[in-house]
Amino acid sequence: MRPQRERAVVSANSMPALKPHVRLQYDPVRGAWALLSPEKVFWPDEVSLDILRLCDGKHTVTQILEELAGQYEAPVEEIAADVEAFMQEWSDRFLVTL
Amino acid sequence: MSETILPPIGMLAELTHRCPLQCVYCSNPVELLKANREMPTEAWVSLFEQAADLGVLQIHLSGGEPTLRPDLEVMIEALSRRGVYTNLITAGVGIAEGRIEAMADAGLDHVQISFQGAFAPTTEKIGNNRGSHEKKMETARRVRAAGLPLTINAPVHRHNMDEVPDFIELALELDAERLEIANVQYAGWALLNRNALMPDREAVEREVEVVRRAQEELYGILTVDFVTPDYFAIYPKPCMGGWARDAFMVAPDGTVLPCHAAGTIPNLVFDRFGDRSLSEIWHGSPAFNAFRGTEWMAEPCRGCERKEIDWGGCRCQAMAIAGNAAATDPACIKSPLHARMAALIEEAMASDKDTFHYRRISGPVPTHQLEPAS
Repeated sequence: MRPQRERAVVSANSMPALKPHVRLQYDPVRGAWALLSPEKVFWPDEVSLDILRLCDGKHTVTQILEELAGQYEAPVEEIAADVEAFMQEWSDRFLVTL
Repeated sequence: MSETILPPIGMLAELTHRCPLQCVYCSNPVELLKANREMPTEAWVSLFEQAADLGVLQIHLSGGEPTLRPDLEVMIEALSRRGVYTNLITAGVGIAEGRIEAMADAGLDHVQISFQGAFAPTTEKIGNNRGSHEKKMETARRVRAAGLPLTINAPVHRHNMDEVPDFIELALELDAERLEIANVQYAGWALLNRNALMPDREAVEREVEVVRRAQEELYGILTVDFVTPDYFAIYPKPCMGGWARDAFMVAPDGTVLPCHAAGTIPNLVFDRFGDRSLSEIWHGSPAFNAFRGTEWMAEPCRGCERKEIDWGGCRCQAMAIAGNAAATDPACIKSPLHARMAALIEEAMASDKDTFHYRRISGPVPTHQLEPAS
């Protein structure tokens, strides 16, 4: 009776996107970006924001890594583990689909 | 008041006290407001506008049963226009055809449906409403069909604690993203029914273990949030995340309160929206400032390393059990009155678990439960 649901696992070909009812929104009262989700508000830092903005369902993880490597002038290998860990965590918290 | 007052993030709007269910654990006050005391649409919308201006990012539309307000879509639309995240907290019973879809179109972001039991007999017994379980199931399916994310809220107590594994199955079956296993908080009607609702210690231990395992096994599949049972706890909950710290609630008549049960604290005077603006109330209300931050604390809270973790716990629980709203929440092991929690559990164990005071607008009348609590 239970529909089979599996945990999504991030891979190089994942195309992360914010879930339909998760919103990244600028809050003029606090002068900060807020990530609004069911019953929770997150305050992403600069790095998280840069990653979240690339979670648009059009970029693969590989492309996101390349983009970020350019922005941060750091080799892909150096940032890959951290970025993938972020995405896995956001997927596990139902903020992002992979 | 030396503490910095930050803008509020969340607001719970109790749009009405009317409800098709009569749940014995309801957190509404025992003295419920009738329909003629409810604020009209324009007042709610004006309050929502002021809330958005003040910095509120999430509004929980609750009650009673919020869908009994025919103007709910208008409110959702107004909030959605302001970018405020809307969460509908519903019993999921008696929602007219097409209404969920209309609310989704108006911009509703998320729905939370309460289940009194994982099975129909329990749901019907706790809420005193025949057929309610099937209606909830149907509402949940409609919510998912409308593409809205779903939370199942399971208020847990003596009469349904053994159904926790089944609540988990139910949440998966209904394709919920999140399940809240919420041990009943003894305020309002739940306080009145405390002796009938209090679980025994072994049941709580089994429950904690089931939830812990589910959180591990279902990580990334279903979020299982656990509202701990205060009477069995070592430390209190950071009630409302701290008194008037980042959230507040509004009663159907527009009274603005730091939490559900704040009205049970004598000598606090609460303002009504309309008499004062929301900003004036949030910043200037003596009732809001009474327990804000840590300045009001006495020992053992004052010198405690956890004072900015749990903010002294729940003021209303301190009032109910210690007889003093400024005392340390007796749920805390450091409270000199902590032993009262165990004594209250004992008292409940010796009481008749089947005498329910069903939630009624006319006030409490004890009803003896004839059906077994299966």
